[in-house]
Amino acid sequence: MGRMTTRFLREGRALPAELEQARLEIEALARSYGLDFFDTIFEMCTYEEINMIAAYGGFPTRYPHWRFGMEYLQMQKSYEYGLSKIYEMVINTDPSYAYLMDCNLVVDQKLVMAHVFGHVDFFKNNLWFKGTDRRMLDTMANHATRIRDLIERHGASEVERFIDQVLSIDNLIDPYAMHITRTRTVTEADVERAEADGSVARMPAKDYMDSYINPPEFLEAQRLKKEEELQRMRSFPESPVRDVLGFLLDHARLPRWKQEILRIIRAEALYFAPQGQTKIMNEGWATYWHTKLMTQHILSDSEVIDYADANAGTLAMRPGQLNPYKLGVELWRHIERRWNKGRFGKDWLDCDDPRERAAWDTGAGEGRDKIFQVRQTHNDITFLETFLTADFCREMGFFTTKFDKRSGEWVLDSREFADVKQQLLQMLASRGTPRVYIVDANHGNRSELRLWHEHEGLDIQLDWATVTLENLVAIWGRPVHLDTQLEGKPMRLSHDGSAARRAPIKAAS
Amino acid sequence: MLNIDRDLGRFRDIIKGRVRRDLRKYMSSGELVGKQGNKTVSIPLPQIGIPRLRYGKNQGGVGQGEGQGQGPGEGQQAGDAPGEHVLEVELTVEELAEILGEELELPRIEPKGTATTSTKRFKYTGIRRVGPESLRHMKRTYKQALRRSIAGGTFDPRKPVVVPIKDDKRYRAYNVETEPRSAAVIVYMMDVSGSMGKTQKEIVRSEAFWIDAWLKHNYDEIETRFIIHDASAREVDRDTFFRTRESGGTLISSAYKLCLEILQKDYPPSDWNIYPFHFSDGDNWSQSDTRTCMTLLREQLVPMSNQFSYAQVDSQYGSGQFIKDLTEHFGAEDRVVLSRVADRDAIMESIRELLGKGN
Repeated sequence: MGRMTTRFLREGRALPAELEQARLEIEALARSYGLDFFDTIFEMCTYEEINMIAAYGGFPTRYPHWRFGMEYLQMQKSYEYGLSKIYEMVINTDPSYAYLMDCNLVVDQKLVMAHVFGHVDFFKNNLWFKGTDRRMLDTMANHATRIRDLIERHGASEVERFIDQVLSIDNLIDPYAMHITRTRTVTEADVERAEADGSVARMPAKDYMDSYINPPEFLEAQRLKKEEELQRMRSFPESPVRDVLGFLLDHARLPRWKQEILRIIRAEALYFAPQGQTKIMNEGWATYWHTKLMTQHILSDSEVIDYADANAGTLAMRPGQLNPYKLGVELWRHIERRWNKGRFGKDWLDCDDPRERAAWDTGAGEGRDKIFQVRQTHNDITFLETFLTADFCREMGFFTTKFDKRSGEWVLDSREFADVKQQLLQMLASRGTPRVYIVDANHGNRSELRLWHEHEGLDIQLDWATVTLENLVAIWGRPVHLDTQLEGKPMRLSHDGSAARRAPIKAAS
Repeated sequence: MLNIDRDLGRFRDIIKGRVRRDLRKYMSSGELVGKQGNKTVSIPLPQIGIPRLRYGKNQGGVGQGEGQGQGPGEGQQAGDAPGEHVLEVELTVEELAEILGEELELPRIEPKGTATTSTKRFKYTGIRRVGPESLRHMKRTYKQALRRSIAGGTFDPRKPVVVPIKDDKRYRAYNVETEPRSAAVIVYMMDVSGSMGKTQKEIVRSEAFWIDAWLKHNYDEIETRFIIHDASAREVDRDTFFRTRESGGTLISSAYKLCLEILQKDYPPSDWNIYPFHFSDGDNWSQSDTRTCMTLLREQLVPMSNQFSYAQVDSQYGSGQFIKDLTEHFGAEDRVVLSRVADRDAIMESIRELLGKGN
């Protein structure tokens, strides 16, 4: 299937001679700088095709679902109205496929190729992509075949309904699930042993000292502690689980075919997760390399204006907004400059004389090595945490914004470095998705599912949450609760499949 | 094309389902009234996306620059939080009418007398291998001969002589085509007198508009005539009909007389399916005029029509007497359909009453 797909895509879409020439040149240049990428196959597409491929998240072989149609329609509209256009698409597979839009200028195509090699280098070498399935084209096609099969057996509307329900929680995954395995460490035997053991921990003491060293209050505290421990061991899951989809896959009582759908959707969500985790780095890295290759080698005189136009379009900062391409590329350049000038280590950090800092240059020249090393190990959060400095923040003129309820407008909140960094990291950490954990799969001893939202100052959107809970009930099969905060008050949202309820959480609950 | 067509089609179905659910809302809003059938209307559909747990709107952001522009109200902030999508779907008025028809389970209207009004024509659009020489198709014959001689290797480009043999000959042949004739006429009559308030006028306009949209959707070619009346009646064009604001007394008979005049002049009942629709608040000027109306209806208008439809909108000024009179005179008559519209929300029901019979 995958092979056929590949052939289908490539048919008649080979690069014209001029671009093929450019591709060879750019590829050789990229390698000469040390970029290390999978084989990359470029294909020419019409805007309709590229919109379609984009609607499928880069994989034309995905399973049938209406949301792809919806996304296609939106992209098509926004392209036709001239609001946006997709310059390039590249997917993280080996070999990697990149799609070029056939109506772009030749210089745009060159830019895109250089950009794509940056991305593919990143896919191949960044640690966070290590666990991803590099044969995803085939895997997606297999998923599609599987789902079509299920549709035939169980009916289109049944399958679609369940897919919709699962998609509703497909953001509740553990993006680190690929890198670590969290397994249940407490067994039934452990619990039984702990229950059988009636003793209470006490400090070693001589008889005559015992009542002083282990006074009754202390023993009581120890007993409570043990009780609590036992409670924790008995509860299931014994520690909060972030991978909601994974948990449901393992523990929800579902027929085989529904499990299959759950597994497929989770696998695809996990596959795309690293791209979300490294958006700023990845786009910045690709931009860094296309600017370098284009301006230093590839551009001919006649192409400069068009190149500058396209490039400016990608890097433009609309007033008051943040562009991940721009932030990324500036931060990469900042890192390269710092390590070129030796602005790191204890001496640099201890120095607080501004004039001395401004003139600091040890001629270390380690910039290039440093950025390659960083692209290997970091993700967006650690990238900003480590390299977003006060200097950089000042240079770039960052500020935070907040929503002013009185005027109904977004207003500038702060230019303080600490605030900006805090805000950025928080945005990255959550990615617009609240962090939600399963804390109790046997709530009230009625096999109800209780989730907990780690509240970080922002309330979740209620109407959507209600529908999401309803979908969760459909999957879990029993009522579901979500503990969160609304306007500062602890609140429990519940759904039993027919009606939603909301109740304040009492402290002891 | 790849799979997208199917997914797109499925998505369109879902949209139509949504529209169907909110149909009453679109029907009763006057916004769409007056649009042409092939014009698209944008219908905003919030939240057709997949609901997920996510933050509400008041998320802070980080910006860059002088900080004078507007904040990250619209557009993208850093991170890739999903944006707010209000989806605008475009449907034509025709499509809406179709949805309306499905929703109200309206029967597809079968025009009477299709067989008699469609005409047969012979058109020479076919090709046969036998036929009279007078119908020989020179070009096709030559082409065939050329093809044969090239295939047979006898063709010499330096001396391009092509001689057709019997097998090459092609003749024109006729096909029979039935041409359906446009055989239905709708006459809309609307009361625009002073007793009809703004709301009443809007209601009857909405109703007339959707009836028009549905009938147009049913008949490929349909003639429509529009009459407005207060104390006197006049014929207007479609645009005026859906937009005009007038006021005055009410003489319903004036409209019926004009309607008869139009029908007698242009649409002989032997050839045409005739559907008069009348919208009013039922507050006629005098009993004697009402009597005139009943006579007109009984003796002329109803006998020549397939169905005479009367919709009366409730008004706080009028007596609403006319529908009672009609019921009295035509209660048992199959071809007269009466409907009362209490308010906007009753439009759907009223359309069902008027069109539900399908004759």
